[in-house]
Amino acid sequence: MHDLIQYIQSYLGSDKTPGGAGNIFWATVYVLLVFVGLSVAVIAMNWLERKILAHMQVRLGPMRVGPHGLLQPIADALKLLLKEDIIPEGADKVVFWVAPFIVVLAAFTVFVVVPFGPTHAITDMNIGILFMLGVSSLSVLGIVTAGWASNSHYPLIGALRSSAQMVSYEVAMGLAVVSAILMTSLNESSTGTLSMIGIVQAQFDQHEWFLFKFFPLGIIAFVIFAIAMVAETNRAPFDLPEAESELTAGFHTEYSGFRWSLFFLAEYSAMIAVSSIAVTLWLGGWLHPFPNLLSSPTWELAFSFIPGLTFLFLGALCFYHTARMPKHPLFRIQTIGLAGFGVVLALIGVVLFIPAVRDRVGDIFWFSAKVAGFMYLYIWYRGTFPRYRFDQLMKVGWKVLLPTGLALLILTAVVGMRGELLEQAKGVFGR
Amino acid sequence: MNPQVAANPPVATPFFFYGLAAIMIIGGILVITRKNAVHSAMALITTLLAQAGLYLMLYAPFVAGVQIILYAGGIMVLFLFVIMLISIERTLKERQFNKQWLIGIVAAGALGGLFIAVYTTTKGGVLFPPVGRPSYVEAQNTQGVASLLFDLHTGTYMFAFEIASLLLLVAIIGAVVMAKKRI
Repeated sequence: MHDLIQYIQSYLGSDKTPGGAGNIFWATVYVLLVFVGLSVAVIAMNWLERKILAHMQVRLGPMRVGPHGLLQPIADALKLLLKEDIIPEGADKVVFWVAPFIVVLAAFTVFVVVPFGPTHAITDMNIGILFMLGVSSLSVLGIVTAGWASNSHYPLIGALRSSAQMVSYEVAMGLAVVSAILMTSLNESSTGTLSMIGIVQAQFDQHEWFLFKFFPLGIIAFVIFAIAMVAETNRAPFDLPEAESELTAGFHTEYSGFRWSLFFLAEYSAMIAVSSIAVTLWLGGWLHPFPNLLSSPTWELAFSFIPGLTFLFLGALCFYHTARMPKHPLFRIQTIGLAGFGVVLALIGVVLFIPAVRDRVGDIFWFSAKVAGFMYLYIWYRGTFPRYRFDQLMKVGWKVLLPTGLALLILTAVVGMRGELLEQAKGVFGR
Repeated sequence: MNPQVAANPPVATPFFFYGLAAIMIIGGILVITRKNAVHSAMALITTLLAQAGLYLMLYAPFVAGVQIILYAGGIMVLFLFVIMLISIERTLKERQFNKQWLIGIVAAGALGGLFIAVYTTTKGGVLFPPVGRPSYVEAQNTQGVASLLFDLHTGTYMFAFEIASLLLLVAIIGAVVMAKKRI
C-alpha cells in the first residue's frame, strides 16, 4: 500500500509525460481525463454548432430543452441510445458491426500524442506527428467498410466518394506537414523532430510560430493544411460523402441509434484531432500569444489570469441572459437553471485563479482555446460556403493544393538551407 | 545496453510477441480461406497492423509508423476501393483453391527450412532483446533511419533508395500509359 502511494506520488515532481516517465497510474488517469474531456467537447460542439449556425441564418436554434437549449445535446444522446438498433437484412453483419468501431478507435487513439502542455500529454512519441497522420488515416477504412457492408446504393456511393476524397487530400496534407517539420530542424542543434512536444518546443526556441516563419511560406503551408483538413474530416463545404440532397446521408444512411452516434462522435473528435495537429504545427501549441516578446514575469502573471477571467466572463454572460429571461412563471425553472449554470462557470473561473491551479492549467487553456478557434471556423465554413461539386473537389485537391504543396516543400528546404547553399556556391564559383 | 533501455526495461515482451505473432498468423490464414474478398482484405489489415506492433517491439517506431500510413492506411484503402467495385456474388461462386499440393508443400518446406537455419545459426533461444546486438534507443530511430539513408558519410543506402523510388516512378508512368490510350 505504501509502495503504491509512493509510486503514485513519484510522478508528481517529474518533468515528463506519464508515458515518458513510465507511470501506469498517471497514464491511466490522463487517458480517462482526455476521454472525458473529449466527450464533453463533442457534446458542447453539438450544441454550439446548432446554435451558431442558427444565429448565422437568423434563426434561434434549439430553445426548448433547457434554457437556450443547453440540455438539447443530452436529450439527443438519450434519444439515440433509446432508438431501435437496425441491421439491414442484406447487410454483411460482421463488417457492419465492426465499421463504426474502427472509425471511433482511429479518432480517439490519436489523442495519445496530442500535447496539451509540455507535460500534459499521455505520452510523447518520437514519431508523434507520423502516428497522428497514420492512425487518423485508418478512419477511411471504417468509412469504406461501413458503406460497403450496408449493401445499399447511397452508402456505397458515399463511401467511394469519401475514400477518394480522403486519399487525395491526405497527399496535400502530408506535404504541408513535411514543410513544417523541415522548419523544426533549424535550431542550433540542427536536428529536426517528429515529436509533437518537440515541434512546439522548436517554435519556442526559434522565437516564432511556424505560421510566420519564412513569410509567406509558413502561412501558405498552413492554408493548404487548413483546406485539406476540412476535406479530410468530410465537413462542409467538402461534405460530398454525406451530401443530404443527393445521397440521403452518405455512408451512414443505414445506421441508426447507438452505431450512428458512434459515427457522429468520431466525426467531431476527428475534427478536434486535425485541429490540434494544425495548432501544434503552426500556432505554437500550448504557448500563449507572443511567447518571446511578452515573457517577462509580469506578462506571465497577466496571461495566467486569462483562463479564470474567460470563465468569469462566460458566467457573467449567463447572468445577463438570466436577467433577460421572460418573467412568466412557466420560465421559472429555466431561469433558475441558467443562473445555476452561470454560478458553475463563475466557480470554475474562481478556482482557476488559485495559484497552484493557475500555473498548471495555463498551457491546457491556450491549447484548447486555439483548437476552439478552429472549431468555430468549421461552423463558419458550414454556414458560409455552398457544397463543392465532386470534379471541383478533385481539381482543387490535385491541381491546386498538390503542386503548391510540392513547390512549397522545395522552397522551404532551399530557404532553410540558404546559408549552406551560399557557402557551397562560393566554393564552386568564388575562388 | 544503453541507459534509456536500462532505465525503462521492456515489459512483458514474450506476451506481446506471441500475441502479435498469433494475430498475424490467424490473420494470414483468414486472408487465404475467406471466400469474400472484403473479409480477406480486412484480415490482411489486421495482419499488417500486428506487423507494425512487431516493429515497435524491435525499437523501430519510425518503420512502424510508415507501415501504418503506407500499408494499412494507403494501400489497403485502394485494395478495398477496387474490391468493392467487383461483384461479390460472382466471386463467391468461383473456385477458390487450385489444388497445387506438391508445389505448395515444397515451397512451405523450403521457407520453413530457411527459418530453422537462421534460428539455429544465430544461436537462438532468447527472442527479445536479441543477444549480442546493441539494442537501439527508441528516441533516435527516426534520425537513425535518416542518417543511414541520406547522411554524406554514413548514408550507405542512398543509391538503393533513389533507385527504388525511380522504379516506382516508372511504374506510375507505365500504369498511366497502359490505362490511357490517348494522353
